[in-house]
Amino acid sequence: MLAALASRLAQALLVMLAVTAIAFVMFRYVGDPVAMMSREDASPAEKAELRKTLGLDRPVLVQYGEFVGRVATGDLGVSFRNQRPVADLLGERLPATLELVIVATILSLSIGVPIGVLCALNPEGKAARLVQTVSLIGISMPTFVTGIALILVFAVILRWLPSFGRGDVVLVGGWTTGFLTKSGWASLVLPSITLALYQLTLIMRLVRAEMIDVLSSDYIRFARARGLPARYINFHLALRNALMPVVTVTGLQIGSLIAFAIVTETVFQWPGMGLLFIQAVSFADVPVMAAYLLFVGFLFVVINMAVDLIYTIIDPRLRTRRA
Amino acid sequence: MSSRPRPTAGVPALDIRNLTVEYGQPGEPPMAAVLDASLTIMPGEIHALVGESGAGKTTVGNALMGLLQAPGRITAGGITIGGKAVDTRTGRTEGITPGLDVGAIFQDPMTSLNPLFTIESQLCETMRHHLKLSRAAAQARALELMRAVGIPEPERRLKCYPHQLSGGQRQRVVIAAALSCDPQLIVADEPTTALDVSVQAQILKLIRALADERGVGVLLVTHNMGVVAQVADTVTIMLKGRVVESGPVAQVLGAPRHPYARSLIGAVPRIDVRMNRLQAPSEATPAADAAREIVRKQMTADTAAAGGALEVENLVVEYGGRSWLPGRSAKAFRAVDGVSFTVQPGEIFGLVGESGCGKTTVANAIAGLATPKDGAIRLSGREIGARGKHGRALQMVFQDPYSALNPRLRVSTALSEPIAFYKLAATRAEAAEDAAVLLEAVGLDRSAGERFPHAFSGGQRQRIAIARALGPRPRFMVCDEPTSSLDVSVQAQILNLLKDLRDLTGLSMLFISHDLAVVRQMCDRIAVMQAGKIVELADAETLFRAPQHAYTRELLSLAPSLDSIARAPAPAHGA
Repeated sequence: MLAALASRLAQALLVMLAVTAIAFVMFRYVGDPVAMMSREDASPAEKAELRKTLGLDRPVLVQYGEFVGRVATGDLGVSFRNQRPVADLLGERLPATLELVIVATILSLSIGVPIGVLCALNPEGKAARLVQTVSLIGISMPTFVTGIALILVFAVILRWLPSFGRGDVVLVGGWTTGFLTKSGWASLVLPSITLALYQLTLIMRLVRAEMIDVLSSDYIRFARARGLPARYINFHLALRNALMPVVTVTGLQIGSLIAFAIVTETVFQWPGMGLLFIQAVSFADVPVMAAYLLFVGFLFVVINMAVDLIYTIIDPRLRTRRA
Repeated sequence: MSSRPRPTAGVPALDIRNLTVEYGQPGEPPMAAVLDASLTIMPGEIHALVGESGAGKTTVGNALMGLLQAPGRITAGGITIGGKAVDTRTGRTEGITPGLDVGAIFQDPMTSLNPLFTIESQLCETMRHHLKLSRAAAQARALELMRAVGIPEPERRLKCYPHQLSGGQRQRVVIAAALSCDPQLIVADEPTTALDVSVQAQILKLIRALADERGVGVLLVTHNMGVVAQVADTVTIMLKGRVVESGPVAQVLGAPRHPYARSLIGAVPRIDVRMNRLQAPSEATPAADAAREIVRKQMTADTAAAGGALEVENLVVEYGGRSWLPGRSAKAFRAVDGVSFTVQPGEIFGLVGESGCGKTTVANAIAGLATPKDGAIRLSGREIGARGKHGRALQMVFQDPYSALNPRLRVSTALSEPIAFYKLAATRAEAAEDAAVLLEAVGLDRSAGERFPHAFSGGQRQRIAIARALGPRPRFMVCDEPTSSLDVSVQAQILNLLKDLRDLTGLSMLFISHDLAVVRQMCDRIAVMQAGKIVELADAETLFRAPQHAYTRELLSLAPSLDSIARAPAPAHGA
């Protein structure tokens, strides 16, 4: 168990080193930092001076080593655009995105799993067929269309909910949260539904397919032959087996939600990481882009490790053999 | 062990009267899976229900276990379990509680337990639900049950997950679960088919003991006549949903009256005496004879593939042991440990042993599907195996005819592909003609080539697989359990076919099986494998008459056979 964990950690470190290398290459070779940072009328001497202060005249490997060292201590450089440490920028934006993603994930799991199970229990039923059709629409509708449609209906026509921003936020120990105010919650509704819709259909269809598989397995037939109540078989026994792949998919989906909530954040002007990234791209703000890349890489590595860990907890076959 | 009151003696554990089970959606003509079937099981009686695939025996079991799947429904007849009448008016068995009134034992212990829950939780949940036991009481009873079914270290095993137990132990757990609520009746659907003979013998003994000691009636659904002869008191033979014969085992197996019962029992390979052919309807037709003559000429004229002697010398195959991370323990498993034997041209050489003994690995190494760590394999004097190259001289017939054929290839394409690949036919049309001839030679119609594999039964598919192996005109054929997934009458036909082909073409065969009776009927010489080594190698007759090694004697004594029942003397030739 410990050895497996150690080897998993070693792999994660390797991946992170590779990602750092790419971020470094981006830093070093996408555009000239000196040209971007110095005034337009700077003389060549001034530029050389700056190059030296930035340490760009030293061997590449030394620079890479230092880069890794800085990244490891949380120093992600200074944004070209607004001359502030990138770590601070990320820190400001992260809560907005995380809160949005957490709400969207809870929504999609709490609705997707039960509906998936119900569809699997009666796959030929009218309700199940209707859900299948509707979910097909949900899965094929682009996020921006659902977002704009929701804004049109609930913000413009009905005027029930705000169409953009996070509403009032409260600062709790360096973390800005919208969970504590009424307008914060109101602002969360539309973007989180927009973000959750795809997840929800994905999870629902996955749970349905897995459940149908598991329900025809020998061990579920054996449970039926032992006369256990249907509710217990379906929701206690079979669901646990069916949720195995859902753990993987949900994990990866949380990763992509955080990393790529860009469209939703743009539609709702949500002050999150996605918006930060879009702005960084349009201003060629390399430090922010590199930091974003590092962050996304780190996120996926951490999530994958967490998924592996959860797997060993729920699947006894993956634990070390004791008998 | 606490026990619910038994009904008075003389009340049957199970009484089925004129049961009919039909399948079919409303509006369609129904298909009767079981038609007018009756049988009675007294407490303590083991009643075997036998028949070939599609006979309806599993449907009877499923109806009793409450597992009848829609659109299947009971349309007529009555069921009484332990004197308690079952309401079948709704089409299913209302009023009997599966688990409480009827215990179930499934075929494959590897899949009948949920891998994510401990043995204890799976045993306890049934008792807590039906008997309303407290957690502690259920756990105490689970421990008693584990002892009763003979699992060593029951306290520790209870906390285990299914994957930590062997197949035999898992089947004991399944039996414990079936017994947990003290049912009147246990339905055991092929309870030992997935097990090795030694484990099978133990499980059958356990079931017999439970019937004797607890007075529980057992409905034993099986296709294995040896198992019936060994453990059952009474037997019912089904054919296409109908009961054709029923009675005490000795009477039904010893002197069957119904023609189908006679042919079914006659088709069972005998372990006590070798016969020229197995009892099966003759397949000789003018077309088949002509086709076989063509195949014979083609194969004997093929000088490029002369010979056919196989020499296996000191073969070693290991699995695992490689790890890309340094420092990880890399312990290799030696599946085949120094195996040597020679197969003469035209000989059928048998390789027997229990699962995990390495017999399939030997076959794979010969066919180039496993890489030997050490040793040499020579066919007609030329080294093969190590590089995985054996050309067309060596072909293979696999166990499962359902997965051995590509479902997306027409049969004629599947057959002519290797013929064209080895340039044995000048044109595509000639290859297709060769394929058609091969189909006739294995007893199929030449038009079979136009269809896809799903249009054929298991036995027909195995014939196609054999025809495909013959296509490249091999000198050596590896048959890995070629009949173990087939019904007994189909098995007899396939075995006869393989023998005929050997006689016709002088081809040599390595015949792998766990069924000693089949091996006795098929093979000239036999090697017995245990834990990767050959423990005994002898003439078929010598091996069965005077086994030398203790393990061979054990295998022979454990093999369920019809010997205990007086059988009609062996006919000189099959009917």
